[in-house]
Amino acid sequence: MRFLIGTAALALAAPAWAETITVDAGADAQQRLQEALILAQPGDEVVLGAGRFALDDGLSLDVDRVTLRGAGMDETVLDFTGQKDAGEGLLVTSDGVTLRDFAVENPRGDGIKSKGADDIVYYRVRVRWTAGPKATNGAYGIYPVESSNVLIDGVQVSGASDAGIYVGQSRKITIRNSIAEANVAGIEIENSRDALVENNLATRNTGGILVFDLPNLPVEGGGNVIVRGNLVVANDTPNFAPPGNIVASVRRGTGVLVMANDHVLVAHNWLVGNPTAQVMVVAYLKSFDDKRYNPYPRYVTVGHNHFERGGYDPQIGGKEALLAAFGGSLPPVLWDGLHDGNTPALALAEGVPGWTLNLTAQGQGVESARPGPLQAPAPEGKFDESGIGAPAELDARIR
Amino acid sequence: MKFAHAILALALASAAGAIAARPVDMRVNDSAVVDDGMPRKLSDYGFFTDAARQLPVKGVVPYRLNTPLWSDGAEKLRFVYVPAGMQAKADGEGLLQFPVGSALVKTFAFGEGSDRRLVETRVLLHRADGWIALPYLWNAEQTEATLAVAGARVPVTTPAGEQISYRVPNKNQCKECHGLDGVVTPIGPKARNLAPEWLASFNKAGHLDRMPDGVTPLPLWEDRAKVAPDLAARAYLEANCAHCHRPGATASNSGLDLRWEQHDPQAIGIMKHPVAAGRGAGDLTYDIVPGDPGQSILVFRMSSPEPGVAMPELGKQSVDRDGVDVVSRWISGMRD
Repeated sequence: MRFLIGTAALALAAPAWAETITVDAGADAQQRLQEALILAQPGDEVVLGAGRFALDDGLSLDVDRVTLRGAGMDETVLDFTGQKDAGEGLLVTSDGVTLRDFAVENPRGDGIKSKGADDIVYYRVRVRWTAGPKATNGAYGIYPVESSNVLIDGVQVSGASDAGIYVGQSRKITIRNSIAEANVAGIEIENSRDALVENNLATRNTGGILVFDLPNLPVEGGGNVIVRGNLVVANDTPNFAPPGNIVASVRRGTGVLVMANDHVLVAHNWLVGNPTAQVMVVAYLKSFDDKRYNPYPRYVTVGHNHFERGGYDPQIGGKEALLAAFGGSLPPVLWDGLHDGNTPALALAEGVPGWTLNLTAQGQGVESARPGPLQAPAPEGKFDESGIGAPAELDARIR
Repeated sequence: MKFAHAILALALASAAGAIAARPVDMRVNDSAVVDDGMPRKLSDYGFFTDAARQLPVKGVVPYRLNTPLWSDGAEKLRFVYVPAGMQAKADGEGLLQFPVGSALVKTFAFGEGSDRRLVETRVLLHRADGWIALPYLWNAEQTEATLAVAGARVPVTTPAGEQISYRVPNKNQCKECHGLDGVVTPIGPKARNLAPEWLASFNKAGHLDRMPDGVTPLPLWEDRAKVAPDLAARAYLEANCAHCHRPGATASNSGLDLRWEQHDPQAIGIMKHPVAAGRGAGDLTYDIVPGDPGQSILVFRMSSPEPGVAMPELGKQSVDRDGVDVVSRWISGMRD
């Protein structure tokens, strides 16, 4: 209750013990909650009561080691339908923050953004645009960027017009046990390293799980990514992204996309009902001017996955001829045929069927493809998993 | 013209105050500036002899920026305070380096003449552990401004005649614009965005160690129609966008760098794809398409008042038509 005391408390030095600050829904929720987030001291817990918080501006948190905890992702709802300002619902810019057990609905821009916020935990948080997939929805649901040590566990995101769960320009990331539904991209790892994407459900997105690197960004050189044990099912929503964004080029029905990345393992996933491709491994599609940037896939391993009903309705020109040539549906792994000199683009576990566009130059259009069966080498040794994923210390905060 | 008027008025009023009413011992309360804590009232600082009329005490010096940040058309009254016996240091054309104990004070007002209402005063205080930014909200009686860490909304009519719900930023939002490499920093008083005459007088008064070297001043905003379109537009982007759109700041991850000194075409947005713009990109593909402002995301976002699309994200409830014009004119004249 420190924030209610006002003047007197403001003058006090930070207490040595952590406090619990309770904020309930109701009148002036915006003011009361924002004030609590500003006046919290490092280590404090801000507890949100059950109910719907009607918020008319973005919220922000800039105090280290604060926990923001609701009564559950179905019980405590931060409702931004009437939002008048700011680029996201909640912005976190401090380290060591835990966000758990609440929902964010209808933010006008992004849902929850954490920027330069290291050691962050998102646990059982829900972000939802309630009108379903629409181009007017915000871009990202859960959006850590320029951060190290990111744990996302048990979250649910739907309706994002870019990516539901997006991690950009970051390192040491785990996304697990989460549901991404009806976004353009379900889960996206962009310009990031050491990411583990495990045991999630990605369904009804345009593309299920995307791993890629883009040029002209402060942080490049994405790689060391494991995509394992996920259900990537029926990602068949037509692309509803605004056209200028990279995800606008994701073809409807993409299960897992790996683009311009280094050392990526895709294994032990269930890939079912993704009509363009279960797994797509490609170079960056567009022209670029950036000497630091490597547009090719390197050392991508597609291990054993469960493949079922994929590539049956590809969003690719000349699909009738392709389907006929491959006997009714396309093989599960699609490669564009591009690689970085002598560095292998991908390896396929024994018995994994694939096909290639046989492109010969980066930036070349699909229309010049010469499709054919893919003969890729088998993986050499075990994929090096060391250093991948969020540090184990972060687990302690969700026990 | 309004800025020139304001400065003139301040200067006259201050002179009059000095002769007539100002008690000789009125000075800034230095401990309010430098001590821990957040003073609850603007008057705690003692920046003004007559705060309602924005008449500063001796040592609190009014200034203007050549090209300012636009905030829904608010009139801005800017002041800088450097403690007696101390000096700011010139640093080329960049930010003046203010010593600990300094303060920057900016009051936002709407309405002309006797109808003028002060809405908020923001202070930036340089303390031993860095700068701190605090917002103060004026009362209806215009007798005092009170700390509003969570910000506020105030109905105002802009000079363009729009009724808006004006946003007083909260303390965190102050940092969203003033944050650089994780710490709070001033934005405005760069030598190149200050009048050479003002710098000379600030130096002469003993507040600045020397005249800054190598300064090419940004054009005056009121001269925007007279100067080269690229100068007017780049000055506008520097003052309105570059505090976030630069390395180390809030929008660093966009890769868009709109600082005055940035000359790489891709970095300033020319034929650059957006990264995290989402629906902010509208139906468009590039930040700037030379010759075609209508196809440029920069112009699209500046022209929108809608959260999630609008740029800047903060401090804007309406559209700066003059700003859009300046940037559009610059893009129109670009060749491929």
